[in-house]
Amino acid sequence: MLLAKDLSFRYPRQDWILQNFNMEIAPGEVVGLLGPSGFGKTTLSKLLAGYLSPTAGDVRVNHAPLPRSGYCPVQLIFQNPELAVNPRWRIQQILAEKQMPEPSLLEALGIHSGWLNRYPHELSGGELQRVAVARVLNPATSYLIADEMTAMLDANTQALIWHRVLDYALVQNLGLLVISHEAALIQRLCNRVIDLVQVRASERWKGA
Amino acid sequence: MAAPVLSRRKSIRFNRRQITLGSMALCLVFLLLIGLSSWLIGEAGLDPVLTQRNQPPNWAHPFGTDWLGRDMLTRSLHGMSLSLRIGLLAASFSAIIGTGLGLISGTLGGKVDAVITWIIDVFFSLPHLVLLIMIAFAVGGGTKGVVIAVALTHWTSLARVIRAETLQVNSSNYVQLSHRLGRSPVWIARHHMLPHVVPQLLVGLVLLFPHAILHEAALSFIGIGLSPHTPAIGIILAESMRNLSTGYWWVGVLPGLLLLLAVKAFDILGENLRMLIDPKTSQE
Amino acid sequence: MLSVENLSITFSMYDRGLAQKQLTVITDLALDVQAGEVMAIVGASGSGKSLLAHAILGILPDNAKVSGSIWFKGDLLTPQRSSQLRGKAIALIPQSIGYLDPLMQVGRQVQRTAQLSGLSASDAKAAVNRTFDRYGLAAAVQRLYPFQLSGGMARRVLVATAVVAQAELVIADEPTPGLHPDVVAETLSHLSQLASEGKGVILITHDIEAALQIADRVAVFYAGTTVEITPASDFYSGKIRHPYTQALWRALPQNDFIAVAGSQPSPDALPNGCLFSERCAGVTAECRSERPAFRQVRGAPVRCIHAAR
Repeated sequence: MLLAKDLSFRYPRQDWILQNFNMEIAPGEVVGLLGPSGFGKTTLSKLLAGYLSPTAGDVRVNHAPLPRSGYCPVQLIFQNPELAVNPRWRIQQILAEKQMPEPSLLEALGIHSGWLNRYPHELSGGELQRVAVARVLNPATSYLIADEMTAMLDANTQALIWHRVLDYALVQNLGLLVISHEAALIQRLCNRVIDLVQVRASERWKGA
Repeated sequence: MAAPVLSRRKSIRFNRRQITLGSMALCLVFLLLIGLSSWLIGEAGLDPVLTQRNQPPNWAHPFGTDWLGRDMLTRSLHGMSLSLRIGLLAASFSAIIGTGLGLISGTLGGKVDAVITWIIDVFFSLPHLVLLIMIAFAVGGGTKGVVIAVALTHWTSLARVIRAETLQVNSSNYVQLSHRLGRSPVWIARHHMLPHVVPQLLVGLVLLFPHAILHEAALSFIGIGLSPHTPAIGIILAESMRNLSTGYWWVGVLPGLLLLLAVKAFDILGENLRMLIDPKTSQE
Repeated sequence: MLSVENLSITFSMYDRGLAQKQLTVITDLALDVQAGEVMAIVGASGSGKSLLAHAILGILPDNAKVSGSIWFKGDLLTPQRSSQLRGKAIALIPQSIGYLDPLMQVGRQVQRTAQLSGLSASDAKAAVNRTFDRYGLAAAVQRLYPFQLSGGMARRVLVATAVVAQAELVIADEPTPGLHPDVVAETLSHLSQLASEGKGVILITHDIEAALQIADRVAVFYAGTTVEITPASDFYSGKIRHPYTQALWRALPQNDFIAVAGSQPSPDALPNGCLFSERCAGVTAECRSERPAFRQVRGAPVRCIHAAR
């Protein structure tokens, strides 16, 4: 179980970006997160994956806090794959940073063996995002946060990547959090949807 | 209709990279020759030959001779070779200081970064040449004085570049991701940071050279650097000041030209290296 | 207004050491834009959408070799001519405020654009006021710096920058990714307004849905070529012709969400025949032997020998 309990975050001496947020994702569950920009979606995804530490509250995986070092069981996939890979590394090295993914997975994601020897700038955004996805699909990952993972990609590549991720999640019992502006995509993918606008409204209502 | 009107490139025999590498090789050979010349030609030409004083350039003495009959080519080459060695020493020290402080500043951040940045700013705000003279004077002049002075004044720009590069790589998504993939800070420094810093360092080192050489020449020109007996390029130029007005132009102009060529060679080397290493320009 | 014929762009890259290889990233690309219409260019990343924009604006890097021709208002668009027209008759709406000068107030930036297009300082000032007013930007916004703008405001400022110069052809390069649907709709409505005033608008996007909201026609790019140029309405009526266009349409989450496996061929390993042949379900031997030329099917050009009439 991935659990966010009373999660709050702000930068020092600035306004709260996220306040008392609660959420849980069970293994194998696909949860969607909707909300306009400025509602702290990206901050939430960074908190869940351990890129930021919460100002208050905590994130727990199977009742234990996120590990400070070592492989993090919650992995985040960014919107722009260009920024998430070292421009001076070859694709082979990027894929194998944790461990080289199974050939069958590379095949399923359409990662051509000819790409392995290339540098990131020689691949298109859609091709790089497949690499970024393959990099974290391994047994050590229990939860995946997809922050606008396919917002920059064409419809076909979007469908292709999502089908592979869903297949993998089903087999490995992976929990997924899908953050997107695209309501149709969330509807298509998710068992359950969290709408940040409604969450905020209900908190106000509770507070009143 | 489909005329190739938009074509921008003329057909050339060599491609751009061949030209780049060719000119780099040429510069390198030229500099190596100068560096090794003092061993190659020996010290025979350094002795005064009073029968051959003040000769203009000729076949026996391509750079002419001075008022003591010393061969100017031999003197100039010895001077340049000394300059190169001092330059190498000073530039290397500078590079070590600059890289060390830049890396520390970039990785540790916070107060350490603030202090180091402040030191860099202080060095930047002081006039270069005055500082050089003061340091060289304070440590007692000579070759040691020149090396220390040049090393202590030239690390700042490199430190800035390295600090900026370190900061940028450190805050990048892929370094943060690497932490989450369970990689240790040391591993990340070795595999993510180093590949970005080393090219900057190489280019910085090569571009430091001409500065170091020019400032070595400047220091010996005003007499703080080396003893007047050593054939250093600055001393040769200082001596030639007396002779320029009397029409013995070659004693100043030709060694000066050699200095100019050597400095320019380093410049070309550094700029081309920078272009090759930067993935954005390496394809042009 | 704008017509692109047989455009090919080849980059000379260094392979290993000194050997140079030629990478053809755009092959036989065709496109035409009429005054008063929105032409959407849709395709995957790496299909050559942005490169086409760079070619029109004359800002390709030096190692690019271009063949074919681009015509603008009846005259050939040479690199010299496009650098004269860039920012004046042809304007770009960039992807993000990253393209603005971060240290200059936005009002002054827009005014500078207007002055560079030939207006006097006072006329430019008036034009800026008019344009800001038109896009519902308060006068105070002119004194803000780019980082102070909210997402929606930033989009309006970027549009204002392109419009203030009285451009006749406006190119919008991916103006909507990652934006909230309301902001997307607003940005798109600005573009369709420009078209209704008689300007030509090129909307470059990977997002078919966004394109279909305002486009009159859609050019579908695949691996550096135009596979089909279709009226936008054909998507809804099921008349789209090319297997790739159909695949894109089917892959939308609100349609079937079915993907075609594989990936775009890379420029150094283009198939000899149809560029889509490797992934096409209906591929035959003829498809693999020769690149299909444009043929008219149901009133629009398509590069597929099997598209039925």
